[in-house]
Amino acid sequence: MRGKLPVWVNVGLLPLLNLSLAFLVSGLIVVLLGENPLEAVRLLVYGAFGYGEALGYTLYYATNFIFTGLAVAIAFHAGLFNIGGEGQAMLGGLGVGLVGIFLGHWPWPISIPLAILAAMAFGGMWGLIPGWLQAVRGSHTVITTIMLNFVAGALMTYLMVNVLIKPGQASPESVTFAESVWLPQLGPLLGLGRSPFNAATIVALLACVAVWLFVWKTRLGYELRVVGKSEPAAVYGGISPRRQIIIAMTLSGALAGMMALNEILGAQHRLILGFTAGYGFVGIAVALMGRNHPVGIVLAALLFGALYQGGSELAFDMPAINRDMVVVIQGLVILFCGALEHMLRGPLEALFARRTEAVGQAQAQTA
Amino acid sequence: MSDVWIQLVLLADSTLRLATPLVFCALAGMFTERAGVVDIGLEGKMLGSAFAAAAVASVTGSAWAGLAAAIVFSCMLAMVHGFACITHRGDQVVSGVALNIMVAGLGPTLADAWFHQAGRINVTGPSARFTPIELPLTETIGQVPILGTLYVELLSGHNILVYLAALALPLSAWVLYRTRFGLRIRAVGENPSAVDTAGISVEALRYRALLVTGALCGFAGAYLSIAQNAGFQRDMSAGKGYLALAALIFGKWRPVPAVLGCLLFAFADAAQARLQGVAVPGIGQIPTQLIQAIPYLLTILLLAGFVGRAIAPRAIGQPYVKER
Amino acid sequence: MAGDPGRIEPAGARPPAIELRGIDKRFGAVHANRNVSLIVPAGTIHGIIGENGAGKSTLMNIIYGYYHADAGTILVDGQPITIRSPQDSIRAGIGMVHQHFMLVEPFTVLENVLLGAEGGVTLEEGAAKARETLQALERDYALEVDLDARIENLPVGVQQRVEILKALFRGARTLILDEPTGVLTPQEADHLFRILRNLKEQGRTVVLITHKLREIMAVTDNVSVMRQGEMVAHRVTAQTSREELAELMVGRKVLLRVEKAPARPGAPVLEVEDLRVTDDLGVERVKGVSFTVRAGEIVGIAGVAGNGQSQLLEALAGIRRPRAGRVTVKGVPVIDPAQARRHGLAHVPEDRLRMGLVRGFVAYENAILGYHVDKDYVDERGFLRFGNIVDTCKRWMAGYDVRPQAPQLQATSFSGGNQQKLVLAREMEHDPDLLLVGQPTRGVDIGAIEFIHRRLIAMRDAGKAVLLVSVELDEILSLSDRILVMFDGHFTGELSAAEADERKIGLLMAGVTAEAA
Repeated sequence: MRGKLPVWVNVGLLPLLNLSLAFLVSGLIVVLLGENPLEAVRLLVYGAFGYGEALGYTLYYATNFIFTGLAVAIAFHAGLFNIGGEGQAMLGGLGVGLVGIFLGHWPWPISIPLAILAAMAFGGMWGLIPGWLQAVRGSHTVITTIMLNFVAGALMTYLMVNVLIKPGQASPESVTFAESVWLPQLGPLLGLGRSPFNAATIVALLACVAVWLFVWKTRLGYELRVVGKSEPAAVYGGISPRRQIIIAMTLSGALAGMMALNEILGAQHRLILGFTAGYGFVGIAVALMGRNHPVGIVLAALLFGALYQGGSELAFDMPAINRDMVVVIQGLVILFCGALEHMLRGPLEALFARRTEAVGQAQAQTA
Repeated sequence: MSDVWIQLVLLADSTLRLATPLVFCALAGMFTERAGVVDIGLEGKMLGSAFAAAAVASVTGSAWAGLAAAIVFSCMLAMVHGFACITHRGDQVVSGVALNIMVAGLGPTLADAWFHQAGRINVTGPSARFTPIELPLTETIGQVPILGTLYVELLSGHNILVYLAALALPLSAWVLYRTRFGLRIRAVGENPSAVDTAGISVEALRYRALLVTGALCGFAGAYLSIAQNAGFQRDMSAGKGYLALAALIFGKWRPVPAVLGCLLFAFADAAQARLQGVAVPGIGQIPTQLIQAIPYLLTILLLAGFVGRAIAPRAIGQPYVKER
Repeated sequence: MAGDPGRIEPAGARPPAIELRGIDKRFGAVHANRNVSLIVPAGTIHGIIGENGAGKSTLMNIIYGYYHADAGTILVDGQPITIRSPQDSIRAGIGMVHQHFMLVEPFTVLENVLLGAEGGVTLEEGAAKARETLQALERDYALEVDLDARIENLPVGVQQRVEILKALFRGARTLILDEPTGVLTPQEADHLFRILRNLKEQGRTVVLITHKLREIMAVTDNVSVMRQGEMVAHRVTAQTSREELAELMVGRKVLLRVEKAPARPGAPVLEVEDLRVTDDLGVERVKGVSFTVRAGEIVGIAGVAGNGQSQLLEALAGIRRPRAGRVTVKGVPVIDPAQARRHGLAHVPEDRLRMGLVRGFVAYENAILGYHVDKDYVDERGFLRFGNIVDTCKRWMAGYDVRPQAPQLQATSFSGGNQQKLVLAREMEHDPDLLLVGQPTRGVDIGAIEFIHRRLIAMRDAGKAVLLVSVELDEILSLSDRILVMFDGHFTGELSAAEADERKIGLLMAGVTAEAA
C-alpha cells in the first residue's frame, strides 16, 4: 500500500494534517476549560519565541527531545520500540553525575569528553540490557524497557537518598560540580538572555548528523534496517539479527543517556532526582512526528520545545490551563501522528489515485 | 505466636487491598490481549477512570455514580484504542502509549480547571466512597481462636470492590473458557482469519473485548480514587497498570495464574511497606527501593525465560488484514 | 472474452447450485476478475482451472463472501442473493475449504467446528448436540477424525477433513475447495477425491479449484478455465483433453517439457553426510540424509510440502544449524550464510517475500542483500557505494528482463515474476559454484516461468551445481537430471531423469519405498 503517495504528501502534508488534528482536539479541550484557544495559541507562541530568553528555553527543551527522539528512531529502524528512554536518560545522568562529582575538577578538555562518554556508556548499558534480553532470550523490548524504567527509578532513588546525597542536606541532590565541567552557556553569546541554552545543543545536532550517516549511508546501518524490516531476510542475507538488535538498543540507550548532558551538565550542574521529567516519553512523540528521520526529529523537537516553554508561560497567564496541558497535547500528537497515521492515508491515497488516473485519461485523450 | 499470626493476617489483608486494582486490571487486559490486541493502555484507563470516579463522586456524592462514570470513561478510552488499532490498523503499542500520556495530562488539567485544588480532587462524605463492609457474625466468629482472626481481619471489613474483584476472577474464567463469547475471543487472538471465515466479524469481536476491558479497568480506577483513597491526584496509578500487565504476562494470559501474579506483586508491595526501616537479621536493612523493584525484575526474568516461558496469543499485535 | 456458459447443460430439473453473472473485482491496480460468468450445475463436481494468479481464488472468495465484488450478480439455487459476509454464504448453504486452513491451532477439532456455530451462549449447550451430528457426518462421508484432538497435533490431511466437516456441519450443500491437494501426496489426493465423489452421490455440489490438469481429469464432471481474471472457456470434462485445457489456460500452445542437452556432471560440489535438522519447535524434520550434487547437473528434490525440504534447504544454506551431520561446498564446511556465500554458495529461497527480499526496501537495496559486504558495494570506511549499487541493479534488470527497469522502485511493487527475476539475478550474477533454488516459480506468471527455467538450465550448462527443491512435480520432472524424493525427513528414493515418471515419484512421495512397492 505504501509508496503510492507523492513524497511531499508523505513527508510533508500527511504529518502536518495529523498534527493539525492533534491541535484541533487540543483546542477543543481548551474550550472545554473555558478559555479562548486562539488566545492560548497567541500566548503560547509568544511564550516560546517572543523574546530572547523564551527562545533560549525553547531551544534548551528541544535539545532534550532531539536526544530522546533520536533514541526512539534508531531503535525503530531496527524494528524495536524503545519505551525505556526515561530510564536510560536517568542512567545517563548517573554517569554524568559521577564524572561531575568525582572528576569535575579535572581540566575541562578531559572532564567534559569523559562526561559525554559516561552519559553514553551508562545510558547505553541500560539499553543494552533489554537489547540483549530481546536478542538472546526473546523477551519483548516494549515490556522490558517499561519495566526497566521503574527499576531505574528505584535505583536512582536509592542512590540519591543513600549514597550520592550532599552531606547534611534533606533533599536528594548531589554536590554542585566544579565549574570547569559545566557546559558553556550559549544564551549570552547569541543574545538569548539568561536561559539554560547551552553547548549540549551542538552535541545534539552533531548526533543528528551522525545518526543520519550511520542509518542511511553505512553498511552497518543497512544491516540494521534489514533487521528492522525483516528478520528472516536478515538471516538469509548473513546478517545477525541478534547483533543488530543489541547494537541498536545500545545506541538508542546511549542517545537517550546523552539527554543528561543538557540537563545535568548544561543546566543543573548537580545530580538531582526526576530530572528526566517524562522527556524520554516525549521522544516517542518526536520520533513519530519526525518520521524517524533526523531532520524531522529536529523540527518535531523544536515544536515540543516550544510547547513546553510556551506552555509554562501559558499556565502562568491563563489560570484555567496548567502545564499538564502540554502532556495532553503530547499524547494527542502520538495518537494522531502514530496510532492513527493510516486514518488520513487511505483517503489521501484514493484522492491522488483518482487524480493520477484523471491526468492519465486526459493525456490519453489528447494523444 | 498469636502476635506473629496477627502480623501475618494483617500482611495478607493489606495484600488483598493492594491486589484489588491489579486483579481488575490484569483480568481486563486478558480480554483484549487474548483477542489479539496489545493493551499497554491499562495504566491510562485506570488513571482516567480514577479521575472520572472522583470527579463524579465528589459532585454527586454517590460512589455508585462515580463507579459508573469510571466505567463509561474507561470504555471511551478503550474505544479510542479500538478506533486506532482495529478500524485504522494503527500500531497497538503506540496507541496505548498515546492514551497513557494523554490521560496523565488530562486528569490534572481538568481537575485543576474544575476543582481548583492544584490538580487534585478530594472526595469526602459517607456515600461518596465505598466504605468497608462488616461481614455478618464478626462478633461471634471473632471469638474463635486463629480462624476467628482470619475471618474478622482478612475476610471481613473490605469495601465492596474488593469482593467484586474476588468475584471477577471466576466470572472472567467462566466467560473465557465456557461461553461462546470466550471461545470467539480466544480464537480471534490465535487466528483471526478462522473467525472471519466462520462468518464472525473480527472487528466487532475485538471491539467487544475492548469494552469488557474498559469496564473492568473502570472498577480498578474507581477503587483507587473512591475506595482505597479519598480522591484523585496526579499519577495516582503510579505504574499499577503496567504492573497488572506484567502480572498478566507472568500468568501467561490465563486468569488464575495472572491473579496469582497480582497477589504476588501486591504481597511484595505490602511487605515493602512493613519492612521499611526494619533490620532483617543477618542481612540488615533491605532497601525499600529494591523491594519496590522486585515485581518489575521478576517480570523481566520471566520474559527472559529464566522462570518459565510466556507464550503470547499468536495473533497479538498484528492488525487484521484479509489475506490476498 | 467470456466463453459460452450455455455449453454446460443444467443437470435435471434442479436450478444451478451457483450461477455468477458479470462478476468484476479490482485490488488497486490489479484487475483480479473481469466480467466473470459461471454456471455450476447442482449435484456435480465442477472444476475451475487456471494458472497461479488467474483469479480463481478471488472468484471463490467472492462467492464465499470473504471479498466483495465490485459488480455482478450471484445466484444460489436459482435465486439472486446478496452476500455481504461469509455468514450470508454459509446461510445460503455454501461452504469453503481454503488453501490455507482456517483453523485455530491450539483448539480441539470440536471447538473449531463449533466456532461460529456454537448453538447457544454457553458452550455446553451446543457441544453435546454437535458431537452427535459430527459423528453421523463422519460415518456418512468416511471422514474419521478424533473430535477431541488438538489441531496442531494433527497431520494436514486430517486437518483438511476437519475443514470439510466444518462446512458440512454448517449445512453446506455446495462445497468449494481451493487447491486442496497442494499439501497432499497423489495417494492422499485420491482419497480426497473419493470423499468428493461421495458428497456428489449424496446430492451435494462440489467446486474444485486447482491448477493441476490431472485432478480435473480425474474427478470433475465439468470444467471452467480462467486466464488473467477472465473466464475463457467451459467444457464437459469427458469431452476435453489435457492438451486443450493447457492451451486454454495459457492462451497458446505450451511445451510441457523444457528442451535441454544431456547433463555432463563433473566433480562433486555439494556434499551432505547424514544431515539431521530440527524445526523451530525442536521437532526433527530432516532425519539423516546424505547426497551429493556435482558440477554441471541439476538435482531435484521432490516431495509434498512439509516433509522436511524447507528445513533441508535452510540447513544447506547455513541459515538453520543442523543437529548433526556435515554439509560441505567444494570441501569447505558450511557454517553460516555469510561464510557460505563467500565460498560460492548462492540461494534463491522458497519464500521470496519473507526471505529473498526485504519488504519496504527499494530494488537496488534488495539487489545487494547478502552481498552488501562485497568491496564492490561498500568502501573501506564502511560506507555504501550507492553509485555502483544502482548501476549494477540497472544492468541486472536489463539482463533479466525485470520490468519496470526502475532500481528506485519498492521491491514489493514488482509482480511476483519480476521479483523472482531480481532475486535470481542477484544470486546468479555473483558467479557461484552452487545454486540452491527453492520453489523458483511459485506465484510466477508463465512467461517468467519459462525464462527462469531456461536460466537454471543455462547455469547447469555453465558447469554450476544446481539443487532444485520444488513441490511442482512437472517442474521437477522437466528440469532435473537426477531426482531425490523426500518423505518424512528421509529420501525414499533416487531416480534418474530417464526412469522418472509421475506415478513412480507419487508413490515415493507417499513414503512407499522402491523395495516395498
